[in-house]
Amino acid sequence: MAEDAGLRVVVQEEPFDFGAEAERFAAERSDMGAVVTFTGVVRDVTGGLEGMEIEHYPGMTEKALAKIAAEAQARWSLGEVLVIHRYGKMTAGERIMMVATAAPHRKNAFEAAEFLMDYLKSRAPFWKKERAEGGQSWVAAKDEDEAALDRW
Amino acid sequence: MMDVLYFAWVRERIGLPKEKIETQAATVAALIDELRAREERYAMAFSDLSALRVAVDQELTDFDAPLAGVREVAFFPPMTGG
Repeated sequence: MAEDAGLRVVVQEEPFDFGAEAERFAAERSDMGAVVTFTGVVRDVTGGLEGMEIEHYPGMTEKALAKIAAEAQARWSLGEVLVIHRYGKMTAGERIMMVATAAPHRKNAFEAAEFLMDYLKSRAPFWKKERAEGGQSWVAAKDEDEAALDRW
Repeated sequence: MMDVLYFAWVRERIGLPKEKIETQAATVAALIDELRAREERYAMAFSDLSALRVAVDQELTDFDAPLAGVREVAFFPPMTGG
């Protein structure tokens, strides 16, 4: 876990309590009028997903996330930024990660959250592997995820 | 001596997560050429560089990045976080 001014990055195997994290985050500052939270969930598209395993690069992961969050803080007027990302085994419906942003006004909070998500998808060293009846396969990166970075 | 790390399908194809390598390679690309020449499994893993990403000392970089003074190089497919 890394903590800087207004920045908290957590990489962990165990589940996190989204409600409690959101509550704690929103209660931190009284000068922020807008709090945006996003959580990503393991999705079973075909109905045959048995589970997902996320591999990561210990050391680089924390650095990459902190760098992305610091970049968001430099670009928008923000209060706190929170990023939690899990690795290891999970099943459909489980929460993989969350981001939260706090800003004086909602536009900055929304934009910064989208920026964090766009960068986190293709610049933080995580790799998803899906396990289904037919076997296991690595999730391929999408061209649109890379293209999403162009708008920033 | 340098630590070389592999992740996701690169790790599976090469068959190990990490190894120490003694190399005089000046760049990442030169290191890849050395690895390819070792064994078929390396040649397979590094057959299509457009499907690979590289980090040097835990920072994403390009294949022409220099290796002087570098402690850790990691190879992996495009990331799929979030």
